[in-house]
Amino acid sequence: MAKEIQCPLPGIFYRKPAPEEPPFVEDGGAVEAGAVIGLVEVMKSFHEVTAEEAGENIRFEVENEGQVTAGAVLARMD
Amino acid sequence: MALEIRKPGLLTTIQDLGRPGYFHLGIPIGGAMDRLSLRAANRLVGNPEDAACLEAVFMGPELVVTEDTLLAVTGGEMPVKLDGAEVPTWTSFAAKKGQVLSFGYLTDGARIYIAVAGGIATEPMLGSRATYAIGALGGVDGRAVAAGDVLPVGDGAGTPGRTVPEALRRRPGRPAELRVLPGLYWHRITEASQKAFFDDEWSVAPEADRMGYRFRGGRPLEFVEREQPFGAGSDPSNIVDGCYPYGSIQVPGGTEPIVLHRDAVSGGGYFMIGAVISADMDLIGQLQPNVPVRFQRVDMDAALKARAERTAVLDEIRAATA
Repeated sequence: MAKEIQCPLPGIFYRKPAPEEPPFVEDGGAVEAGAVIGLVEVMKSFHEVTAEEAGENIRFEVENEGQVTAGAVLARMD
Repeated sequence: MALEIRKPGLLTTIQDLGRPGYFHLGIPIGGAMDRLSLRAANRLVGNPEDAACLEAVFMGPELVVTEDTLLAVTGGEMPVKLDGAEVPTWTSFAAKKGQVLSFGYLTDGARIYIAVAGGIATEPMLGSRATYAIGALGGVDGRAVAAGDVLPVGDGAGTPGRTVPEALRRRPGRPAELRVLPGLYWHRITEASQKAFFDDEWSVAPEADRMGYRFRGGRPLEFVEREQPFGAGSDPSNIVDGCYPYGSIQVPGGTEPIVLHRDAVSGGGYFMIGAVISADMDLIGQLQPNVPVRFQRVDMDAALKARAERTAVLDEIRAATA
């Protein structure tokens, strides 16, 4: 069963720490529990989104710089 | 009695009805972004309407109550949990010593108000406990709450199960409609721009905060040509410095309107289209990033009527929570 990573707050979702850097996690990659998978920008600051549990074959449901709401599914993984 | 903060959420601040009377010195009124929700939360737990509560934006905090007490959560909709079990919003409920208050994901609105019987009893500054972080006034040593803070609470008593009827809880529509009274500088933009501002759909920019709500998506403003007066900046959106009222809409560079809110700056050199009427200021405090917004033009009579209508709603809430 797929594990979901939900967005804790509304804003703009970023998959990379900076525009010229690679994404925190590549599509299909594996993450450890507590790993940062993206950033959400709101109120002039950036907030890290972390995976609560480990998983592999991550599939993002939201594009880089996509608009997100609280509770939105950002990614699924196995 | 105290509230122990385990997790602060995104930005959780102590707020009351603010500190009026110092704006001429550059110190804004501050206080709850959604004043009606703060008043309602206080009434539910038997507090005076201006008692200090926690205002949490987009994400709730996690906290522990150190004695048996009474709590209520109003404002935006976010599941409220006591030791993990959901309790209703806009309704007072008892919490036992050691119980943990936590929250689920925000489902509607933007800000919640957490009231505790007796009110938060931090030291007032200039007559208010409201947190004005930029000026390091009020709150906890002038800042938002942080993990490990222990917030003192006054003596209070109230009744569990008090509730505000659903019909009296205000929600932003889609698009949210904000009523605007054109102001002193209205003549500075062309007729086409005056019309476009109200015709276009805008959306809340993610930068929006307690100081100002920024909007984007509408057409840029065109200004009536003039030779800039002495003392005004060179951009056509500049004026000779003036006073900024709460709710005033400045448009730096003519592109993205900013509505000044409770933690507003008091003056500067940007022209203002007008002001969002006082009746709709609470609603702005419940707008999330990216939601659609329309500005609607009203005259002074309509603005005063809207204010009277909001006062009538408050009176209904008072009656329901008496």
